Amino acid sequence: MAERGLWIAGAVALLVAAVFLGLGLRGNLAFVLELRALRLLGLVQVGVAVAVATVLLQTVTANRILTPSVMGLDALYVLGQTLLVFTLGGIGYASIDARLRFACGLLVMIGMALVVFLPLLRRRLSLTLLLLTGAVLGILFRSLTALVARLIDPNEFAVVQGASYANFSAVPPALLLPGLLLITAGVGVAWAWRHRLDVMSLGPDAAVSLGIDWIPAVTAVLGLVVVLVAASTALVGPVAFLGLLVVALAERLTGTRRHAVLLPAAALIGVAVLVGGQATLQHGFGGASTLGVIVEFAGGLLFLVLLAGGRRA
Amino acid sequence: MTRAGAAGVLVLVALCGASLATGVADLSAGGAESVDTLLISRLPRTLAVVLVGAGLAVAGLVMQTLARNRFVDPGIAGTEQSAALGILLATLLWPAAPLPATMLAATLAALAGSGVFLALAQRLPPTEPHLMPLFGLIYGGVITAGVTFVAWHMDLLQYLDIWLNGDFSGVLRGRYELLWAIAAMVGLAWWLADALTIASLGREVGTGLGLDYDRMLRLGLLIVAMVSALTVVVVGLIPFVGLIVPNLVSRLRGDNLRGTLPWVALGGAALTLACDVLGRVLRYPYEIPVGTTLGVVGAAGFLALLARELRHG
Amino acid sequence: MIEIEGVSFAHRGTPVLRDVTVSLPKGGLTALIGPNGAGKSTLLSLVARLQPLQSGRIAVDGMPVDRTPGRLLARSLTIMRQDTGPVGRLTVRELVGFGRFPHSRGRQTAEDHRHIDASLERFDLGDLAARGLDTLSGGQRQRAFVAMAFCQGTDYLLLDEPLNNLDPMYGRQMMRHLRDVVDGGQRTVVIVLHDINYAAAYADRILAMKDGRILADGTPAEVLTPDRLEALFGYRMEVREFEGRVHVLHHGP
Repeated sequence: MAERGLWIAGAVALLVAAVFLGLGLRGNLAFVLELRALRLLGLVQVGVAVAVATVLLQTVTANRILTPSVMGLDALYVLGQTLLVFTLGGIGYASIDARLRFACGLLVMIGMALVVFLPLLRRRLSLTLLLLTGAVLGILFRSLTALVARLIDPNEFAVVQGASYANFSAVPPALLLPGLLLITAGVGVAWAWRHRLDVMSLGPDAAVSLGIDWIPAVTAVLGLVVVLVAASTALVGPVAFLGLLVVALAERLTGTRRHAVLLPAAALIGVAVLVGGQATLQHGFGGASTLGVIVEFAGGLLFLVLLAGGRRA
Repeated sequence: MTRAGAAGVLVLVALCGASLATGVADLSAGGAESVDTLLISRLPRTLAVVLVGAGLAVAGLVMQTLARNRFVDPGIAGTEQSAALGILLATLLWPAAPLPATMLAATLAALAGSGVFLALAQRLPPTEPHLMPLFGLIYGGVITAGVTFVAWHMDLLQYLDIWLNGDFSGVLRGRYELLWAIAAMVGLAWWLADALTIASLGREVGTGLGLDYDRMLRLGLLIVAMVSALTVVVVGLIPFVGLIVPNLVSRLRGDNLRGTLPWVALGGAALTLACDVLGRVLRYPYEIPVGTTLGVVGAAGFLALLARELRHG
Repeated sequence: MIEIEGVSFAHRGTPVLRDVTVSLPKGGLTALIGPNGAGKSTLLSLVARLQPLQSGRIAVDGMPVDRTPGRLLARSLTIMRQDTGPVGRLTVRELVGFGRFPHSRGRQTAEDHRHIDASLERFDLGDLAARGLDTLSGGQRQRAFVAMAFCQGTDYLLLDEPLNNLDPMYGRQMMRHLRDVVDGGQRTVVIVLHDINYAAAYADRILAMKDGRILADGTPAEVLTPDRLEALFGYRMEVREFEGRVHVLHHGP
């Protein structure tokens, strides 16, 4: 069942990508195809990054209802951008190279993660306490963003507002290459760790007993999550429940939590959901900018179903 | 009254004075115009803040008692978000609905939302006290995502900020009197104080002591839902008051509700007043909504509450 | 040999272990007994490096547990806790297979499979091998975790109340399996037990703990005397010898 599920996910992802590229082609073929291919690249990156990050976080926390956004990681990125607007002013912000802004945002996230989460990890706190702290930090970041936004001139806030909601139709082209490099590297590391991750999903006691050095291992995995979330947030903005939706679907389809299967399956389904959703919205009904809202809503509903279905966290 | 009690009341009176004195219109000129400003705007606003603050703090205490978890409140456990959903649905189905009808819809939705939360929260392992607030945050996030989805679909997005971000600046004479019902709810909680204390020991112990646990649960939920619905209908969502204040009071005064409930009400009123006044002076003459200032203050306070556990691990 | 030297441990300021020094030579089945809160589980988890040492020194075959790479230690020592934690969608065979992780890092060889089969058989899990852990009863799951620990092939097996969810039949079977494991090879089993009579029947050596100290250390016949038991548990128990074995009648009025 596991391998078959993987093939199905792969086939669907390919099909969806083909439809996305080929449906309703008109006008200057080369131009339209290039535009769509770039968009596809962006969506594929986000789908893969969010899926892999969610799998990693769920594995180290032994908890199936968590997504990276719960830990406030994407909120941190948005706060960083807002502070940039606050210090530089709207025009100054807009004049910085997008890649530089991305690098700043990434550095802020990694720095914060090092300053806040690493000391907490070292104290061997229960992971739920750690996550709750992360979640509250996330609220603090979001509230601070709102507060700073109120302090900024309303006109300048518009610059940030664009960055605080997920927008799947306008991936900044300048970030495609850095994003690609980061995400490929991150996914490669996750793949290399797939057996270790299997063992870590047994929980800290069993994993330590099986020879994993828990603190460094969890630190490394969370670091990976930070990088992946930073990359995807920079590309499309914060997404909360997409990962939850994708990983739950992957698990249902393959019937396993083995990372050799789950990681690629989740990544493929992430691609299929995002690209498929975008293709449907572009060619079917509604505006393309609404995919974020729909994915969040569907992911949220799924979360409730998962819980009501009695599958414990 | 004890000396501490007198000091507490004094602080509240001082804050009320500050609230009455703060605003764009200058009262020092005296005359009929100043009296009008005071009676039409400042006094109603101050009363509304006191009522909402005290009510939310007590509702938080009741919620924590029923959930047997210190880290939940109506804003964290999805009650206020559910109330917003109720208002949204009422607006959709009956656009010209009179206030009592909207109120009823909000209350029913808040009841359903908190009932579902408590039912689902029972599935969480009691050994992990930090999982419940985490779960509640996601649950509230899901409801918010649902509200956003429906609001976006029905082109009501501009109202969203009014419901989801509490703001007392719109409170005038004739537009807040509904909030007096909160006083009745606080009174009901006071009447139930002993039974609530027993209920905090759990269903088994409560039943053993002759408590009708289910009736207790229903009454408690009614208090939480009514206070939340009134707050969201009149001023919008206000976070963290119900979390921070009962925890502080519990540390200082213990957990016997008969003794602590007045303190919780007083503390809630004081905290909300302080944050409202702060929002009015921070970027004078503009106002920062209380939802935003409380978001920052409350999240920082929540972290401070967690700090003790973070230190000990 | 497990050497424990001057180990003290406090949890949130409350002392749990007070200057414990003891050594456990290779081979044999050692039972830790004592009232709740005596520090048995804490001692075991410190040996297994599940918690950081606060003071003192613990070494397993000369390797200090706080400074040896986890992977190296995992080849000579394993622990099974009473709370096995959440289990995902794993089959019994997959779980037991994790016992080979310290050796194969996830790429299982034919030899690994032989070990897995042997463990499944030894703990009567052959019929359940393909079942998901979430479909098992508490006792069956417990056995699967013990089988995983066994499959790790370590010299030292630390078990924290492995009889917790087992009925008398499986409890007895588990103890006999562990006895076989000890008798068959050079393996060393250290086990926390609540039921004194299991300790009396199967242990070579008993460490009796109370208030974070070791109160008595010796063979079952040496440790399980009415005086020692009273010092340990706070009330008088009758001790009888029956067919060459010590029985503690602790349920009396």
